[in-house]
Amino acid sequence: KAMVAPVLLLLLVAAAAGRDALREELLLSPLPAGDVAATFQFRTRWDADLPRGAVSHYRLFPKALGQLVAALGVRELHLALTQGFWRTRTWGQPPLQAPAGAELWVWFQPTVTDVDKAWKELSNILSGIFCASLNFIDSTNTVTPTASFKPLGLANGTDHRLLRYAVLPREVVCTENLTPWKKLLPCGSKAGLAVLLKAERLFHSSYHSQAVHIRPICRDASCLAVSWELRQTLTVVFDSFSSGQGKKDWSLFKMFSRTLTDACPLASESKVYVDISPKNKENELLEVTPTPTSVHEAVVQGEKKTYAVYDLLSPSLFNTSRSLNVQLKWKRPEDSSELPIPVLHAHRYVSGYGLQTGEISTLISNTHPYRAFPVLLLETVPWYLRLYVHTLTITTKGKENKPSYIHYQPAQDRRRPHLLEMLIQLPANSVTKITIQFERALLKWTEYPPDPNHGFYVSSSVLSALVPSVVAMKEVDVEQSPLFTSLFPSSDGSSYFVRLYTEPLLVNLPTPDFSMPYNVICLTCTVVAVCYGSFYNLLTRTFHVEEPSRGGLAKRLANIIRKFRGVPLL
Amino acid sequence: TVVFMPGSVPGDLRKPLPFRDVQEMELSINSRTSITSRYEMFHRGTTAQEEAALAVPTAQEADAALQPLQDALLGSLTVYVVPETSSLLPQGISVYVGKHRSALVRAGGSQATLRTRLRQLTQVMSFTASSIAAALSDRVPDGQPGPDAGRHLKSSLGYEVTFSLLNPDPKSHAVEWDIEDAVNRYVQPVLAKLSLVANFSVDSQILYYAVLGVTPRFDKESSSFLLSTHSLPHVINPVEARLGSSAASLYPVLNFLLYIPERSHSPLYIQDKDGAPVSTNAFHSPRWGGIMIYNVEAPASPQSSFPLRVNVDMVRVMEVFLAQLRLLFGLSRDELPPEFLLESPGNEGLADWEVDRLLWAHAVENIATVSTTLTSLAQLLDKIGNIVIKDDVASEVYRAVAAAQSAMAELATGHLHSAFQASKEAVTSSERAFFDPSLLHLLYFPDDQKFAIYIPLFLPMAVPILLSLAKIIREARQRKKEPTKMD
Repeated sequence: KAMVAPVLLLLLVAAAAGRDALREELLLSPLPAGDVAATFQFRTRWDADLPRGAVSHYRLFPKALGQLVAALGVRELHLALTQGFWRTRTWGQPPLQAPAGAELWVWFQPTVTDVDKAWKELSNILSGIFCASLNFIDSTNTVTPTASFKPLGLANGTDHRLLRYAVLPREVVCTENLTPWKKLLPCGSKAGLAVLLKAERLFHSSYHSQAVHIRPICRDASCLAVSWELRQTLTVVFDSFSSGQGKKDWSLFKMFSRTLTDACPLASESKVYVDISPKNKENELLEVTPTPTSVHEAVVQGEKKTYAVYDLLSPSLFNTSRSLNVQLKWKRPEDSSELPIPVLHAHRYVSGYGLQTGEISTLISNTHPYRAFPVLLLETVPWYLRLYVHTLTITTKGKENKPSYIHYQPAQDRRRPHLLEMLIQLPANSVTKITIQFERALLKWTEYPPDPNHGFYVSSSVLSALVPSVVAMKEVDVEQSPLFTSLFPSSDGSSYFVRLYTEPLLVNLPTPDFSMPYNVICLTCTVVAVCYGSFYNLLTRTFHVEEPSRGGLAKRLANIIRKFRGVPLL
Repeated sequence: TVVFMPGSVPGDLRKPLPFRDVQEMELSINSRTSITSRYEMFHRGTTAQEEAALAVPTAQEADAALQPLQDALLGSLTVYVVPETSSLLPQGISVYVGKHRSALVRAGGSQATLRTRLRQLTQVMSFTASSIAAALSDRVPDGQPGPDAGRHLKSSLGYEVTFSLLNPDPKSHAVEWDIEDAVNRYVQPVLAKLSLVANFSVDSQILYYAVLGVTPRFDKESSSFLLSTHSLPHVINPVEARLGSSAASLYPVLNFLLYIPERSHSPLYIQDKDGAPVSTNAFHSPRWGGIMIYNVEAPASPQSSFPLRVNVDMVRVMEVFLAQLRLLFGLSRDELPPEFLLESPGNEGLADWEVDRLLWAHAVENIATVSTTLTSLAQLLDKIGNIVIKDDVASEVYRAVAAAQSAMAELATGHLHSAFQASKEAVTSSERAFFDPSLLHLLYFPDDQKFAIYIPLFLPMAVPILLSLAKIIREARQRKKEPTKMD
């Protein structure tokens, strides 16, 4: 991955000079299955060095995050909160993927002496800022990957001891996480593209992912000074097919129940992109209204894309109507028989029966017709699943596939999770299967979560790869192309970077009957009480000699019968 | 120290110079708490150097010349008594208070007048009964709240000063403020002076689309918008949600907001109780900070394009904010007798003796805080027996008590600086002990659960005992009846 750094430099150089700046973008892309993905990106640049002393000044950059970066020696921060799962197979490659739940990875400055302490503090503060349960990040779910996560910003060293990575797959994302996220925007949700971010619509969707990325970038072309970049991204997938009575047409108003009226007055760029790339050769399948300001063509993630661009800052846009309601109509129903399958996709599941052992299987597919490429796989498994490393098998097309790099850090009970990193070569047009067996551990009774029979989550495994492009890419001005192309490095024209997350797993652990202790208490107490009672009786009872009496009822009855029979009485 | 210039010794002074004089005064805060204030006065004549320093034409120069000659002990004052006829002080002024820890006093002929002047002077320059009572009003239960109670900031180890520019209408106003320069020029000197008292950190931010919670009233006569006094309390709440607390520290925050009214609501003025506009167009909220409204002049020509470029006049703004900062720290200058003259503290914004006053009050308040913290910890322990006090918590408690005691001892001898340091240490230790997470581990183990666990044992065991008890009672009754039968 040594090639990444110089390329990054090249990428970052393109940033325009000037003081703090805000750029907002919205990318609307119709997905093959009839859904619509909307991706917002707000980029805030802070043209200042890290505040060294006790004084710091903020203009567009949010103070809460700036203080955090300065106080804890953070070099790079990536936080994603996601609800739902991006279906790579049917929806295609996402612009920026995140695992289900909460994901946080942070690079610290080399000056930080106690990284673990800073990490703990950071996750606690972030959990306060974003109202998320990030305070549950501790040593049992934190790992230090050696190869999978490289700094995305300016970096002169990649000592992985300064990196911490954690995923909380159980985290549920909702409105209370969105509100603080919106508050970080300079315009809030009062103006610009952010007016569309209405919680009741955003969470009525198939997929919702919001993220915060902070990284240092070059201030200008000479790269003598560092600026800080805050990227706030939000991806949401609407099921327009089922909500639109079987039609795949959509409009901004239908999706967000709002329309755009102006750009954020602080933004230096405010654009809406609509993906109108022709799926087949005939161009005239869909129609967007109103007429876009311009049409932009780019190669994004190995595919040729055509975007209709609406520039909210251009005065001509709001001349005819006061608000912008982008609409897309399909001219005739698309023959959706042929779905483009992404070059790299993965699938993971847990198998086995019983509550003692099991097996995790990961299937990674390379559908490229003729190019093989390597992929980095990162697995984090909690300590209560005890991995049997000797059962690790990697097979491709029925043959064993030896990984060229393996980093394995075994778990320690209640201390740290398993970490497995492998560099696997994927041959062209193949499916690689990775299996590993595990044993389920017994937890202490206080370690079970409130609903233990729901199961325990195992976080998604992470695939990072430089995927060869099917279409030849030319060097493009990355600053001009929409969205995320400038966040991830692309090495050259022939390949592009992809990070994929598999499904999180849900594993059942042997769960005791939690009423058992009380049952045992009751039972033993009863036994003790019965013993005690009889013993007590024995000790306290007084014994009398019974005087002979006239006899009981039985004797009298017998005498009456004897009288009748004429036999002598008893 | 009271220093007499030649020819200024009152005629009826009985003792020969030099001599010592101690005044003690008891001040009771409530039935159980009282504070003894003790002024120790040392009277002497001038030295040759001091005479040379006093032989200048004006009081300002004398003040500057005397400063290097004083023993720079925090909390002590040096009063120079000049002859009644001295031309050092302007006409009609008999007491001059300098920038540092010295003052000039006219002798006033008799010892009695000198004494009253000295007492007034110590009231101004050092702590007073009311300033100490105000500092304690919060920490001591059922103390009578004074008029100043609840206005000053509580004593803390540090403060965060945040300047926020609120621009609710970025479409019409593009506001720029040179806060960096203003902070360096006006705020830092003051905070450098106050660094003895606490740590300070300064931030500034610009918030857009942050509106006040009240819609101002339109006044036709002046064609301006007015905010009346009674609506001011509702102004802060909606803004506060946007301010954001500091993520990285737990110190109290002092907020200073500069509000640029929307174009549709400007000009905006604050009205006082009598309906007259407030001249500074600002108000402060006790223990929270201050808000200033900065009106943007309407464009000369209506055709001018929006947004209007606005450059904030930072001198005007900082003047108000610094005055509010002094108010928040309780450094307002009280009403003074007419013959007093106060030297303006200059660029530093604070005189040395004002810092001393603050230190006296904060040292006493810190000691009171420690005692309330430790008392509530003890009360908590009495109430909930399950709490386990670990050794490190216990040692923090011991350290807090020891530091508080040494602070008291130092205060009694008048060593202000070491007393304040010890009181800060005591606060840190006591808070650490009180907020130690290990205290909470076994906090929740309620008694009804214990009862639920034991009842399966005790209930069946109680049955035979109760039955035999009933039997005993029955037998006892029978035995009581039987003797009468026998007879």
